[in-house]
Amino acid sequence: MFNYLEYIREKNFPHIWCAGCGDGIVLKAILRAIEKSGISLDETVMVSGIGCSSRTPGYVDMNTLHTTHGRAIPFATGVKHGNPKLNVIVITGDGDATAIGGNHLIHAARRNIDITVLLYNNYIYGMTGGQCSPTTPTGSRAATAPFGNIEPPFNTSGLAIAAGASFVARADVYNVANCEKMIAMALAKKGFSLVEILTPCPTAFGRRNKMASPVKLMEWLRDNAVPAAKWKKMTEEERRGRMETGVLMDVDKPEYTAEYEKLVTSLRTGK
Amino acid sequence: MSNDHSGRIRMMQGNEACAEGALVAGCRFFAGYPITPSTEVAEHLSVKFPKIGGRFIQMEDEIAAMGAIIGASLTGMKSLTATSGPGFSLKQENIGYACMAEVPCVIINVMRGGPSTGMPTLPAQMDVQQARWGTHGDHGIIVLSASSAQESYEQTIRAFNLAEKYMTPVILLLDEIVGHTTEKVIIPDESKIEIVNRRKPAEKPKDYLPYRETEDCIPTLAPFGTGYRYNVTGLCHNETGFPTNDNKIIGKLVHRLVKKIVMHADDIIEVKKTMLDDAEIGIFAYGSVSRSARSAVLKCREMGIKAGLLEPKVLWPFPKKEVLAMARKVKAIIVPELNMGQMAREVELASRCAVPVHKLGRVDGNPIDPREIVDMIKGVV
Ligand code: SF4
Repeated sequence: MFNYLEYIREKNFPHIWCAGCGDGIVLKAILRAIEKSGISLDETVMVSGIGCSSRTPGYVDMNTLHTTHGRAIPFATGVKHGNPKLNVIVITGDGDATAIGGNHLIHAARRNIDITVLLYNNYIYGMTGGQCSPTTPTGSRAATAPFGNIEPPFNTSGLAIAAGASFVARADVYNVANCEKMIAMALAKKGFSLVEILTPCPTAFGRRNKMASPVKLMEWLRDNAVPAAKWKKMTEEERRGRMETGVLMDVDKPEYTAEYEKLVTSLRTGK
Repeated sequence: MSNDHSGRIRMMQGNEACAEGALVAGCRFFAGYPITPSTEVAEHLSVKFPKIGGRFIQMEDEIAAMGAIIGASLTGMKSLTATSGPGFSLKQENIGYACMAEVPCVIINVMRGGPSTGMPTLPAQMDVQQARWGTHGDHGIIVLSASSAQESYEQTIRAFNLAEKYMTPVILLLDEIVGHTTEKVIIPDESKIEIVNRRKPAEKPKDYLPYRETEDCIPTLAPFGTGYRYNVTGLCHNETGFPTNDNKIIGKLVHRLVKKIVMHADDIIEVKKTMLDDAEIGIFAYGSVSRSARSAVLKCREMGIKAGLLEPKVLWPFPKKEVLAMARKVKAIIVPELNMGQMAREVELASRCAVPVHKLGRVDGNPIDPREIVDMIKGVV
């Protein structure tokens, strides 16, 4: 059996997440994926921003950096560019990464710097009590959209693909095996990788949207997060309101710190 | 250092001198965003760094640049960013982070006038209070000033030394005149330059506490990737670096962040005195204005007026003792500066009403002419 204790900071438990929150499921998937990918904990840095998901690093036994709201990716860029030998994982949420940190997300993807971004998408600002985020579906209720959200949401994975990320995948905490697999693939990828992980927030999202019980939200994920193989066979009509999971983009292209190293070498050797 | 005339002589802009100083100080990481009038610092390092294996990166905005230098510093790199007024405003949140998490780094701010986008190409000194209080929350901070290309070079080195010694962000303020004036810089032999590097943990990883209570109030942060697995956060934290809600620990932490600078003020503060011993009129001036003030002192002396100059090389912590000593000797203090009295207020406070303090503030983008200072002194006499 997988020994989680080797990877966590046991003394920091119990965790702060609500009962029924999906973040703990993601945490366990990350730990198993780390083991699978064989990266050393001493040479891995986990960087996060602000929000419920961004509390993840506190529970993982490695160098962890809990930064300011939206800025995990720039801090992570400094860590990676400062010491390219380190594996750098960013933990962020939909509000953290696509609202206040949106600019950093697209530029890190464009630069294709070797950072793995694990973006927990729970469709809401959980920690501050359920305000609308850029991924809140149109019509859903939030603390700041009491009559239903009138804005269209971001397709977060699509955004990362358009910005130039070399690996993008979507996963969800109902299909945990796929979630673990996508994270492991992202960790193995040389270049900017992002996994959008759909995870339920019963407290701040579910309660306002007739899905107060965590089970309801899990069922919603079961019915609406569709594995790629099945997605391909679906009609436009069937796809409406649902999301494809699995690998959405996987391409090899020049990575930023490697390109920088090449520049250093060519200037030093004159070649 | 400036008394040593044995070094090489080069002509340099203040901004370039900052970049050269950073190289000598051991800085090997720069992240920045283009902004006038500080961009030459970035341009210069974009040429130099790749040739010596240093890391340069132009970030997507000012906020990102500040975040990146903090991240890089945590890997053990001496890290720098450079900016100007509006960019300095954008960096404030993460400057606070560096204060709270005690991550050494240097921020060069070639000030421009404001508010807002203000005067991109004209001299001003309107960020001296922003440098002290721009980020929210109580904290200590070190802010240096330079009045020439020579000082830009030396003060950049000192900024890194202080950042590494006290595990804190250090801000170096230049004004546009200093940043853009090309003049002589004497570069001393590198063996004669003192370089300070941050402490390394003496204990094994299992016994290590990044924010361990020490008498000197300075933490020891091991570079990431060296086997010391610890947490860094902007939240109030305990000795282990993990967030806490324990009021006692929170109170102690905030007190320590302030005390860390205050208790070492004598080591940090540096002033330069010109003809102050017998002065009846004291001038307090910094940056390019102190050059006008120096020439005003000489003009006054020619006219038989005993004027003297106190130049703070460190603006924060504020040189209270030095100002009070001057206030007790002179009959009046003049504070010329390119703002509406941001430092004059500090001088007034520090002089404890011992003498009248006269403000000479300019905010129209013109430098202060020595004659203006002389005229004010004549009026006071
Ligand atoms: S508010 Fe939502 S996201 Fe935050 S811990 Fe609770 S359930 Fe999880």
